[in-house]
Order: sequence, then structure tokens, then C-alpha cells
Amino acid sequence: MTGMARETPAGDLRLANLTRRFGALSAVDDLSLTVGQGSFFALLGASGCGKTTTLRMIAGLEEPTSGRVLLGDRDITALRPYRRPVNTVFQSYALFPHLSVFENVAFGLRRRGIRPVDGEVTRMLSLVQLDGYGSRRPAQLSGGEQQRVALARALVNRPQVLLLDEPLGALDLTLRRRMQVELKRIQTEVGVTFVHVTHDQEEAITMADTVAVMNAGRIEQQGAPADIYEFPATAFVANFLGQSNLLAGEAAGVSGGDVVVTAQGARFSVPVGRARAERGPVQLGVRPEKLRLVGSADQVPQGHQHVTGVVTDASYLGVSTQYLLRTGWGAELSVFVANSGTSTPVPVGSTAAACWDPRHAFLLSASS
Amino acid sequence: MTRLARHRLLPYLLLLPGTAWLLLFFGVPLAQLAAASLYDPTGSLSTGYAMTWALGNYPDVVQAYWPQLSRSFGYAGLALALALLLGYPLAYAIARKAGRWKNLLLVCVVAPMFTSFLVRTLAWKTILSDSGALVGLLRDVHLLAPDGRLLATPFAVVLGLTYNFLPFLVLPLYASLERLDHRLLEAASDLYASPVQAFRRVTLPLSRPGLVAGTLLFFIPASGDYVNAELLGTPNEYMIGNVIDSAFLVRLDYPQGAALSFLLMAVILAVVFGCLRRAGTEEVW
Repeated sequence: MTGMARETPAGDLRLANLTRRFGALSAVDDLSLTVGQGSFFALLGASGCGKTTTLRMIAGLEEPTSGRVLLGDRDITALRPYRRPVNTVFQSYALFPHLSVFENVAFGLRRRGIRPVDGEVTRMLSLVQLDGYGSRRPAQLSGGEQQRVALARALVNRPQVLLLDEPLGALDLTLRRRMQVELKRIQTEVGVTFVHVTHDQEEAITMADTVAVMNAGRIEQQGAPADIYEFPATAFVANFLGQSNLLAGEAAGVSGGDVVVTAQGARFSVPVGRARAERGPVQLGVRPEKLRLVGSADQVPQGHQHVTGVVTDASYLGVSTQYLLRTGWGAELSVFVANSGTSTPVPVGSTAAACWDPRHAFLLSASS
Repeated sequence: MTRLARHRLLPYLLLLPGTAWLLLFFGVPLAQLAAASLYDPTGSLSTGYAMTWALGNYPDVVQAYWPQLSRSFGYAGLALALALLLGYPLAYAIARKAGRWKNLLLVCVVAPMFTSFLVRTLAWKTILSDSGALVGLLRDVHLLAPDGRLLATPFAVVLGLTYNFLPFLVLPLYASLERLDHRLLEAASDLYASPVQAFRRVTLPLSRPGLVAGTLLFFIPASGDYVNAELLGTPNEYMIGNVIDSAFLVRLDYPQGAALSFLLMAVILAVVFGCLRRAGTEEVW
């Protein structure tokens, strides 16, 4: 720890009205958010949504067109990258090919004139389970090992914020799963604020305390993974984070704690607490795994709502079977039925009803 | 012949024409030159040379032409230093900062090669001449004494060497700087390296292959050159190339010319191997 303590108090990372334009295009558009100190924050979005640009502005590698980056009470917007208490794990790892693993990890310490570096570097290599790898060259390492060197190289500096730019993107599935657990362990151990950029919704959900879903340079929704999943704010979020069945309809106001919706020629209700709109054109959403498939409308349990249709497809996914149900109104619903051994397969071509508990439905404004 | 045997023979068959060419036009003359360097120095072209294994030719030429030998490497070294000062920033700018001008600038570096080496050096002779505009201007602003000259000075020779061989240094340097991944510089900057430190710790070591190749490609022809000293200098600036030239073509002293040629080759080979071995080890800078 000697000499490693930072003089400035750590604090929340705050982005205030951050904007980055490339010509006429706004890569990041008036973005504001707060990342709590010590939290694991995921910026989730498709490629080109501005998440990497946001990360680069926090690192100082990209200059914002307007807006500010604050760390605690300190405005770091104008600070050059090498003066920021922020380190990055790059997507390409960007390990120095001419330096050994040890020297790669020691790079940041040496640049700040910290000596001796041996203890810190060895401890960090051990944290990422690369004991004894110090003398190797980056080219002699596998993808997963390189990724861990990149992580150690950033973490050894004890940054106030660690930025991770799709660090697991280049790894195969098994290794990615293992590194997800590993990263989470390390984050808990060092207590540093992690800002993780990814396009992989599963990665974001499993690792982060807070997820912000980005689309077209803006944040569509931010919150705990379960909250976002269970009650998405927009149609984009509903379909980017998992799948959703969205039925277009018309809301006709509140009646007895429920919003009444007309869709598919039938009336449905959604609890007020799960409705983002109470009047006008809306989208009624239900997650596929929240739907149940029954043979006919008579078999729908008490209190459930349903739509009927024809089963057009059944795909066996191992853990579940995905059915596609085409309604008389032309909508197509996806239904996941768990392969628990208690349900009998529904043949393609038969009529069936998909039903759900209204408390599992959500209502979105159609304009979102 | 089995397929496997043919497969094994193929590389040798492919090597054959080149090897034969090299043997005939490089190996044989080289052996001839080696033999000539050991001829009896008292012979002459008209009376013929006797092979007496006269190893004494070597110390004799070193003694006789020590000034020209040391001058050769001195001038070439000086020109190399100048070329590095000019060439590194130039190669860096073309590779990393020129954007869409990159190709045009590269053509500019290579363009002088489209005219003859001799013509270009003669052009410098005109530029540096006593009655030229440059000397006139320098005299007017008193950077040069009223009777001061540029032509026929060591300055002119070193300038000529620098100019003529600069592209050989710039091109390999450009190639290695162009390959340098800019993300490594971002990573350095992210890891607390100021621009100067990032250059010293990342750019410079990673451009080392180009630096070594360029240095060799510059230094080898520059130290053996005789055109620049001949056209831009006086006998006081003559380099070892001039001595070899006159030994073969003017004085017709073949043993001396051959011994000097071999000596030059040996020194250059030593420099090359020294350079490459240093480049092979780590932490040179």
C-alpha cells in the first residue's frame, strides 16, 4: 500500500449532459448518469449505440463536445488521460508486445515513479491467477491469459474507476463464463468501481449491480438487472434484454387499480404499477417464459388472461421448448414451456391458448 | 522418383538459378578480388602480378590511407546522425499524422530516385557553388565570411551523403511506424505515460526494427560512397571509396585496391552484425 494511497477522496462517477458529435452524428447525446462508488455498472447496447464512446470519454481518450465528467467533487473533463485516476481494460487488450508480462503490469507503476514494483506486480498476477507468468511475452499467452494480464495491468494502479471495454468479447463461451465469475470475484475483492461496456445482455445481467441500456447515444433505462428485465421502460429495452411479446393496443384509462387495454379484439388489464401509460396507443408486453400454453380457453386458470391462436412452430431448446402462436389478428407470440417432464408436447397446427397472470404483464407507451 | 523425394528436392531446384547466378557473378569475382588483395605489390598491370600471399598489403593500406578510412566512417556516421534527426520525425509524420497526404508524401520521399544519383549530386554542386544564390545569401547575412564557401568543404560532402541516402533510412522506418498499433499508445496514455514517456517506452522500442534496417541501409552505401566526395569535396575530403576508385582506375594498383575493398567490407560486416545482435537483445534503449 505504501505510496499507493490517493490524495483525492474517491467518490461517485458522474456524467453530466455528456455529448459527443462526429459531424452531424451524435454518438453520445446529452447523457447523464451516476455510478456509485464501488459498484459494478454495465453499459449495455448494440454496436454503434455510443457505449464505447462514453467509456472513452471517461478515460479521456475522447473529448466530449459538451458536458462534464466528474469523479467525486472533482471535474476531470479537461484532464489528459495520463492524469486521470481511471484505467481501462481495452477490447483488444493492447498489451505491449515488446515487454514481458511483468513489465506490462508494472508499466503504470513505473510511469508514476513508484518503487519498488515487485511486490505489487506479483500480488496482482496472483490475483488474476497468473503466478509465474511474469517473464513471458504477451504473444506466448492464450486469449484468456492476455485478458487477465490486461486486467492486472489496469488494476495494479488502484484506479478509482476501472473501465472495461467488452473485455470478454474475444473469448469462447466457456472461458467467457469463467471470466465473468472471475471478474465479479475480483471486483468484490478490490472494491473498485467497475464500468463495464458490453453488447452481451447475459453478461450485463449476471455481473452488474446496475445496468444502463443504451440506444442511439441515449440511456433508455437504468436500474438493477431484475428490475429492468421484469419491467422494461421501452420496447427497445423489452427486446434487447431478453425477448418480449408486444401486442399493440389502446389503453382506456384506470379502473379499480388496473389499466384497461383493448388489444387483439379483446380486453385486458394491467396493474397500474406496471403501466408506463394509462391512455392512448400502447403496447402490452409479456415475457415468453411468463406465458402458459393450454389447449383451449376453458382451461385458462382463474384470474389469467389469454389469447388464442394456432401453433405454427415448436423448437426444442433443451431446457425448454419454444412455441410460436399465431393469433387470429396476425400477431405472433413466443411461448417458452419448461421441459420439466410434466407437460405434454403441443403439436404444430393445433389451436391453443396462451395465458398469463396480469401481474406479469407490462404496459408501454406505443411511442417509445 | 517418389512424390516425397520430389517434394524434398523442390526447394533446392528453386534455389538453383539464383545460386548459380550468385556464384558466377558474385562468388567468382569476390574470390578473384580476394586473390588480388594478396598479390605481390611490386607487380604492375603491364608486367603482370605474382601471387605471393602478401598479407602485408593490409597493414600497408591501413597505414597509407588511415585518414581516408577514418574520414569515411566519420562522414558516414555524421550523415547518419543528421539523417536520423531529419528522417525519424519525417517518417513519423508520414506514418502517423499525414492522413490522406500519406501517399503523396511517400512519393515525394522516393521521387528523387527517379533521376540519376550523379545528376542529383551535380545539382547540389550548382546549389552550393560560390556564385550561387545560397552562398550569396549566407554571405549577405554574414553567416558566411565574404570569402567563405560551402562547396569543396566537409560540410558539402556530409550534406550530399545525408541527402542521397535519406530515403533508405526513411522507408523502413516509415514501414515500422505505420504498423504501430495506435491503441498501444492509448493504452500507454491510460497507464500514466505522458506523450514523451509513451514515445520513449512504446513508439521508439516498437520502431526499432525499422530503425536498425534503415540505419544499415543508410550506413553501408554512405561509408563506401565516393561520388559525393568527388563532386562536392576536394582531395582533402576524399573517402575510402575515392581511394579504391583511383587504385583500380587511375593508379592501376590492383593489390592495394583489392585490399582496401576487403577491409571496407570487413568493417561494414562487423558494424552490421554488431547492430543486428544489439537489436536482437532486449532493452537496447
